[in-house]
Formats: sequence, C-alpha cells, structure tokens
Amino acid sequence: MMRVLLPLPVVLPLFAAGCSMAAARRRWLQRLIGIAALSACVAAAVAILLHADREGPAAAFMGGWDAPVGISLVADRLTGLMLVVAAPVLLAVLVFATGQPGTEKEQPAFHPVYLVLAAGINLSFLTGDLFNLFVAFEMMLTASYVLITIGGRRDQVRTGMTYVVINLIASTLLVATIGLLYAATGTVNMADLAGRIGHLPGGVRVAFALLLFVVFGIKAAVFPLFFWLPDSYPSAPTAVTAVFAGLLTKVGVYCLIRTQTLMVAPGDRPIGFMLAIAALTMVVGVLGAIAQNDIKRILSFHIVSQIGYMVLGIALFSVAGLAAAMLYLVNQIVLKSTLLLTAGIVDHAAGSSRLAEVGGLARRHPIVGWLFLLPALSLAGIPPLSGFVAKLSVIDAGFADHAWIAVGVAIAVSILTLYSMTKIWGGAFWGEVEVVAEPSDAMSRRYGATAPMLASTAALVVLSLALAVFAGPLLELCQRAAADLLSPTAYISAVLP
Amino acid sequence: MSLVLALCTALLFSLGTWLLLQRRLTRIIIGLGLIGHGANLLLLLSGGRRGVAPFIGQIGERTPADPMPQALALTAIVIAFGVTAFLLALAYRSWQLTGDDLVEDDLEDRRIAATRSTASDEEVADQRELSAAEAALESSTGGAAPLEEAE
Repeated sequence: MMRVLLPLPVVLPLFAAGCSMAAARRRWLQRLIGIAALSACVAAAVAILLHADREGPAAAFMGGWDAPVGISLVADRLTGLMLVVAAPVLLAVLVFATGQPGTEKEQPAFHPVYLVLAAGINLSFLTGDLFNLFVAFEMMLTASYVLITIGGRRDQVRTGMTYVVINLIASTLLVATIGLLYAATGTVNMADLAGRIGHLPGGVRVAFALLLFVVFGIKAAVFPLFFWLPDSYPSAPTAVTAVFAGLLTKVGVYCLIRTQTLMVAPGDRPIGFMLAIAALTMVVGVLGAIAQNDIKRILSFHIVSQIGYMVLGIALFSVAGLAAAMLYLVNQIVLKSTLLLTAGIVDHAAGSSRLAEVGGLARRHPIVGWLFLLPALSLAGIPPLSGFVAKLSVIDAGFADHAWIAVGVAIAVSILTLYSMTKIWGGAFWGEVEVVAEPSDAMSRRYGATAPMLASTAALVVLSLALAVFAGPLLELCQRAAADLLSPTAYISAVLP
Repeated sequence: MSLVLALCTALLFSLGTWLLLQRRLTRIIIGLGLIGHGANLLLLLSGGRRGVAPFIGQIGERTPADPMPQALALTAIVIAFGVTAFLLALAYRSWQLTGDDLVEDDLEDRRIAATRSTASDEEVADQRELSAAEAALESSTGGAAPLEEAE
C-alpha cells in the first residue's frame, strides 16, 4: 500500500500541474484542478503520518531498483508530520490567491508553477536519497524563481536576481558536497550513508557535517547566510510570499534536522557552533525587524529570527530539544503563512503595507484585526496560544541541557518579538483611519478582503488555535519522532532490509 | 589524468567565484556557469578511475567505469541549463527595464540605514523626501556618495 501512497504527494501535484498547463485558458478549471490536487495531498499526507506513527518508517523504491541503487522515498514520523502541516498551508494559500486581484488572475502560469512548487516541497520531505533531495530542491526553487519574479516589475527583477543567484550558489555547493560524499563513501542514499560515513577519518566527518550545515543553512536563512531573505521575499505577490515564508526556509530546517541526526555521528555534531549560530540568528533577525517600517519586511526579518529557535532546539541533540524544534517548526509554518496572508489583506484593504501610510484598520475592519492579532500574539509567545507552547518547550529543553546563554537570548528575543508585533499593531491597526487606496469590490470595502482571502486566512488561524488545543498529543508525537531520529535504526532498516 | 582534472575543478571554482563577486549580472551568470561546471567535474571525478563502458555483457575481464556519477552529472547539467536560461531572461528583462544589468542595492535597506530613529511618522515622511532627493542625485551622479551629502 505504501508503494502507492508514498509517491502520491509528489505525483499528484505534478500531474495536476500538467493538466493545469493544458487548461491555461480556463481559469475556473485551473482553480478546480489545483484545489482538488492539493486537497488530495492533505488526505494522502494524513494517511502517511498515521501509517508512519503506527507502524514505523516505510520506504518505497522508484523505478524498480532497490536501495541503495534506486531512488527511495522514506516516510518516518518527521516526514509525515511535515507533510501534514505543509499540505493545508499550501491549499489555504492557493485559495487565498484565487480571491486576490492581480497575479493569479493575470498570469496563466501561476497555477502550474505553484503546483510544481508543492510537488518539490513534498519531495524534499519524502526523499531518502541525497541527490534526489537536490533534484527536489531544484524543482521547488525553479518554481519559486518564477513565482518571485512573476510580474516582471523592476523591484521584482532586482530582488529576484539576488534570490536566484544565492540559491544557485547553495545548490552548486550541495552538488559539490554530494560529489565529495560519493567519492568518500560510494553512495548517495541517506540510510546507506548513515552506515558508511562512520568509517571515514574524524576530520573528514566533521568537514561533511559543516558542509551540510552551510548548504542547508543558506536555504534555512541562518545567520550570517540570511541576508537574501528580507530583501527578496517582500517584493513577491502576497500569496507567494506567504508560502515562501511558511515553507521554503522550513524545508531547509527540515533538511538540517534530517542530515545532522542521520548522517552525523553523535561525537561529530557541531553543538557549540550551532548554539552560537542559533543565538546570533535570533538576535540579528529580531533587531533587523525592529528597524523596519513595512509589515512585510518586519515579518520577513522575523522569519530569520524564528529560525534561530529551531536551530537552538536542533543543536541540543536531545529528545526534548529535537521535539521542541519540530513543534516550533510546525507552529512557524502555520503562523508565518497566516501573518503574511494578513499582511496581504492589509495591503489589499488599505493599498499599502507601510506602517506610516496605513492606520486604524482594527476599527475599520475588525475581522482583519482579529486575523492579525491572534497569530501575532502567538508568534510572540503569549499563553495560551500555540507559539507559547512551542517556545516553552524549546526553553525547557535548553534548561535541561544547561544551555543558559542561548536560553537567555531566546527569552530576550521573544520580548523584542512582542515589541515589533505591537509596532505593527499600533501602526496599522490602531490610530486614525488612514488608507492609500480603497479596494474596488463591495465585499472588500465592507470586510477588508474578498471571501476566499478571509476564509483561507481564518482557516489557518483556526489551525494554529487547534495546534494550541492539541499541543499535548502533538508534543508526544514530536517526542516519538525525535526518539526515532536519535536512534535511526528503524529508518535505516526500512530502507535497507 | 586525475590530477589535471582536479586542478581544472579548482580553477573553475576560483574563476567562477571571482566572477560572482562582480556587479554585472552577465558576469555573475558566467561565473555561476563556471562554478556549475566545476561541481559537475567534481561529481564525475568522484566515480574514481576510468574504465570501459558499463554495459552488461560487454565488460568481460576489464573494469567498468562507475556509471552513477555520470548519471548524476547529466541531471545536474540539465538543471543548470534550465536555470541559466531563466537567469539570462531575467538579465534581459533587467536590461529592458533599466538599460543596464547592474545588480542594484536594496533601496529600503539604504533608507533605513539613513534613519537614526524610526519611531515617528514625520521622520518616516522626511525619510521619503530624503530618499527621493537621493534617488534624483543618484541618477545624475550614479554613485553611493550622495547618501552622506543628503544626511
């Protein structure tokens, strides 16, 4: 059964992308195809997670070749969890895009490219082969290159260049790392690598650990490799920024977790280095956010800052730390997408997302106010919202491992996060009503946005509230997943029986 | 043989890096191409020593070449080809829009760097005037120098 189920989250969006391309002249058909394919992905992802949680890691081999020669797709608890969170976010953002005037309506390429992006993201989570991971990244990134420059405006071309070039360098570095790993071990299958890498000399093992950290660190936007992110994300269309913010950097974090636990032996893990990077990422990200005056740019710097918390959790390499990092990852995927979608609604309702140009939105459109307030407070870690649970578990894990400095930084940064959330709230939602341009349709003038935009954002807010309500079972699931990661025998024997 | 190729890889990486540090997009694209070739050569070299074509039934006593890195390098080449085409299109679009393919600074960053405190709206409004003046100056002189003058 898993032979059919595992490739579905990749194959379905890809097939739908082809169909969507053929239906380029009929926008309603493209929407139908996209929403149907991504809804099916949600179902497939849930089935994969349930199977992985009940019966342990499952593997499927593509093209009739067994591992380590053929490409293997592997689903353990971490993969299942990532798929389950990514799928509804992808779906909600697509629904948001259909309700937003602009990109989706004007560009026939939007739907096919978006579906390829979804397939690439899902493949990165599923693949058990390092070279296939590179291919998955390229699928995802090539789609993102198109999406980030889709309007062809001057600022998009400028930021698109930085984005494409920096990602290409990271990809080339990944290819070089894969080449070196193959030369040293003779395999690119992750499970096989996990067994063979231990036989290498110590210096070479540490070099590989650091190379993999740098490669995925660029994708995850950790300090000092984050500079491309706040520059490029805000200029893309809102729906695109939301999915990038929610998922692309998080794929990098997922790969960090996967490679650092599976392919780096416990003695070789760069723990102190990663803790320092985590603390610097948190601080520099949040300080950057405080200096900004545009909602989208503030949130983009917060993406960087929040990555630090996840790296902190990973760097502890304990069950509690990894579980906390995963819980944080899940939370951030939902929260960041929601917040950027609300930024898009602000942009839509008031004609600008610059704090100096908009104001009084909470009085004008109370619904939009609530849609921003809940995820913003959650991001800052206010109880009882989901961000609080995630932050608490990271800090708790840090205490358990005596990482005092990093924990202190994490607490200070969450206060600064709250400050910059209140800055957005005070600038855009309170005060005198200020608008640059009114939206044209009646629904938007009354409620702030069109029905699909409000519904999809509200659905994500509900999802983030659900994460708080079901935090207990979710944390237990994360702990089981973390225990799997730290003793990956089940993962390896699923791929290499 | 292998030493020559290893030196080639090193040369390609270093030349590519030098070109990447330039400000013109066309040079950056050529640099990326060179680095990409370096990485592909590295992949190819990772397969070890040369040998005969690895077809079943034709190898006999001789040692076959490792076909895996070749397959990987082919995949990487195809991907790099597609992305380079996209980058060239982007450079062309940049030339259409600005008549140049210089990578510009992040204006918002410059604006914020010029601000001492970002609290009040008046200051932000001042900043906007400042940056408009700055942009006007910049278009006449074309350098980063006007920033200090405007301050």
